[in-house]
Amino acid sequence: MTATLTGLPGLDHDEILRYSRHLIIPNVGMEGQRKLKAARVLLIGAGGLGSPLALYLSAAGVGTLGLVDFDVVDATNLQRQVLHGTKDVGRPKLESARDRILDVNPNVNVELHETRLTSANALDIIREYDIVIDGTDNFPTRYLTNDACVLLGKPNVYGSIFRFEGQASVFATADGPCYRCLFREPPPPGLVPSCAEGGVLGVLPGLIGTIQATEGIKLLLGIGETLAGRLLLVDALQMKFRTVKLRKDPECPACGTHEIRELIDYEQFCGIVPGLAADGGNSVPEITPVELAAKVKRHDDFDLIDVREPYELDIARIEGARLIPLATLTDALRTLDSARDIVVHCRSGQRSAKAVRQLQAAGFRKVWNLAGGILRWSDDVDPSVPKY
Amino acid sequence: MTVTLLLPTVLAKLADGQEIEAQGETVGEVIADVATRFPALAPRLRDEAGNPYPFVTFYLNDEDIRFNGGFAARVADGDEVTVVPAIAGG
Repeated sequence: MTATLTGLPGLDHDEILRYSRHLIIPNVGMEGQRKLKAARVLLIGAGGLGSPLALYLSAAGVGTLGLVDFDVVDATNLQRQVLHGTKDVGRPKLESARDRILDVNPNVNVELHETRLTSANALDIIREYDIVIDGTDNFPTRYLTNDACVLLGKPNVYGSIFRFEGQASVFATADGPCYRCLFREPPPPGLVPSCAEGGVLGVLPGLIGTIQATEGIKLLLGIGETLAGRLLLVDALQMKFRTVKLRKDPECPACGTHEIRELIDYEQFCGIVPGLAADGGNSVPEITPVELAAKVKRHDDFDLIDVREPYELDIARIEGARLIPLATLTDALRTLDSARDIVVHCRSGQRSAKAVRQLQAAGFRKVWNLAGGILRWSDDVDPSVPKY
Repeated sequence: MTVTLLLPTVLAKLADGQEIEAQGETVGEVIADVATRFPALAPRLRDEAGNPYPFVTFYLNDEDIRFNGGFAARVADGDEVTVVPAIAGG
């Protein structure tokens, strides 16, 4: 590879052939393609958004792709994470991602960061890249990514999804707004369900991730109008796309007043207390699935309450449970007998923990949460109940 | 003034649809009108004191209301108020 006067890497004949449909676009051309080859892009997350990002950016000829993830491919990922295949279930996502990327384009230099992005490592990792693409699935990492990008002056291509809706923008450009200009603080834990709890349409990350890939390539090429200063709102159910103005907030502690001079504890910032349930509350009395099964076998006198949604009954159920969706629990309180033992369950144990807390607040004293919910019931007691 | 409040699908089930006609002279009055009619939606739009949350952004047409007086921003007939809650999925 011969470096030219412009300092950009050259393209060999195979690369010229491979990228010919780029090379004949006047806005890209040889110079643009060589810019892509010189580029270093960091993808944070190799999941739903990271899948189309990794596939399209590698196909487009981005020279170096860094990936940050520490997860393992599981069967529930395959509905949307097209970077990974059925054969990859159980493998680290980064290994699976590397194999797939190199199959798409062996010219890509793949750099793997198999770690959780933390306040301790974020600056060192992000510093080595030209742009960052945020494909994470949680608030602490989004604020961490944002603040690190603002501190280092790295553009941050943002995308976020839930069920049928998505958001995308470009943060932390030279004069542009950042994530904190849009949302100053995160919602309290448990208020906004994650995709694991609330679900997500499988193609939605495809839609939003390809928008992020498009914005990333435009940033690298320096062409077009990026989403910096605009927020794109996508509603896949209505199939409506609209953009609203996103202004730099002079009071923003990250990019406005610059009072954030170093990375903070983002778990704490997001209200997550170590050692407690993911919904941030205090621990509640628990019963294990094995203990519950023994209780059923002994014909103990107790009520089993299922606080999931009605449509979840079609997927899996524990026999004998009475359905009271969490949102209707308050109204159903008067139908419950606080003198009796009550065991509450849901899919994973999170919603039912909230329900136990609500019942305790209403004066119920003999209430237990089924630890691990239906998922653990399936593992430990009754494998004929499917996990979802 | 009659304006249209546009909700994300995740909040629409707490009201009677994604697009709600509502009354008020300011964005705050429009939100109060909707909060009264749909009590289950109220705590998702504003806190107990009636103030906006830092994780739910409101747009009056395509402008962020925080740069226009927040809930005091005045509305006109036919305006659209869009509710944009923080989401984190990826």
